[in-house]
Amino acid sequence: MNKDLRNPLARARGLGSAKEGVSHWMLQRVTALGLIFLTLWFIGTILSLLHADYATARATLGKPWNAVLLIALIVTMFRHATLGLQVVIEDYVHTRWLEVASLVIIKFIAVLAALTGVLAVLRVALGS
Amino acid sequence: MAEFTLPKNSQIQAGKHFPAKGAKNVRTFKVYRWTPDDGQNPRTDTYEVDLDTCGPMVLDALLKIKNEIDSTLSLRRSCREGICGSCAMNIAGTNTLACTKAIEDCGSGTVNIYPLPHMPVVKDLVPDLTHFYAQFASIKPWMRTQSPAPADKERLQSPEDRKKLDGLYECILCACCSTSCPSYWWNGDRYLGPAILLQAYRWIVDSRDEDTGARLDDLEDPFKLYRCHTIMNCARTCPKGLNPAKAIAEIKKLIVQRRSA
Repeated sequence: MNKDLRNPLARARGLGSAKEGVSHWMLQRVTALGLIFLTLWFIGTILSLLHADYATARATLGKPWNAVLLIALIVTMFRHATLGLQVVIEDYVHTRWLEVASLVIIKFIAVLAALTGVLAVLRVALGS
Repeated sequence: MAEFTLPKNSQIQAGKHFPAKGAKNVRTFKVYRWTPDDGQNPRTDTYEVDLDTCGPMVLDALLKIKNEIDSTLSLRRSCREGICGSCAMNIAGTNTLACTKAIEDCGSGTVNIYPLPHMPVVKDLVPDLTHFYAQFASIKPWMRTQSPAPADKERLQSPEDRKKLDGLYECILCACCSTSCPSYWWNGDRYLGPAILLQAYRWIVDSRDEDTGARLDDLEDPFKLYRCHTIMNCARTCPKGLNPAKAIAEIKKLIVQRRSA
């Protein structure tokens, strides 16, 4: 197994500790907690719009609190998704360039998607 | 990418069959065989063992095979009572110690025996644990203090503080848990794995140790510690009944505790 002449301890110690990771861990749990409440609210709102026409749905979405909560849902959801996908990629993708590229690309996609969602909500809420 | 299929030279082929002639109480053992010397692929040899002339444990059967049927079989064993951790291997689908696993607890039918999963194999049932031991050394598993040792006595510890080491000090570093952990399979080069993290927590929680902050600093890393995704294979497989996943959770809690929420 050990073809290189480094001491096994040198390989085990590697590049040392990154001294981070707790923020990721904490944020993943906090966003998960937030998503529980926001998703419940979202499902409730959608159910209340059953059989409603377009104008009613648009008016409901335009109410300030609904718009704020929907924006919160969109942002939290994409943040939580990038945190989760990051772990999956770090777990399974071991080709370094592919790993870094995937990590960057999912962040780009998440930011664009979140901004698009937020803009859509704002246009409805602010009426333009 | 993580490899989910075996490379060509690791694919296991059918091996030899050793029947037990004239035996009445027979149990069949299928054992992984590989030697670095002949350039062949790994194979599984099938041994029929007469249980009427064999001890109760899987290790007894393996030693009977080695002594009486096929002396080319290689395995590690020492204490034969579950305290040295040498005979850790994958028996009937679960990592455990051959010496404390009863043959009658191996379900029905053939008993499959493989080396610890996802470790380099030295020969047959002997895995190369060099990196595992080096990772253990990397956490500096000894008491680290700032204060000078008391001149005329030991460093004292209250019974309550001593109790915190229960469920930790019993770990024998057999590597059953670490080699059962998918996260350790895919990222074992950087992830410390359940056994080493349990050992790290054993020193973090020791009231006599004075280097807790530095120990937590060394562990706070996306790979060394946070590759644990609470899969819980470690707690399920531990032949000593310990819970490494809980120790890892305690480390994560302490790292949260020392920062602002």
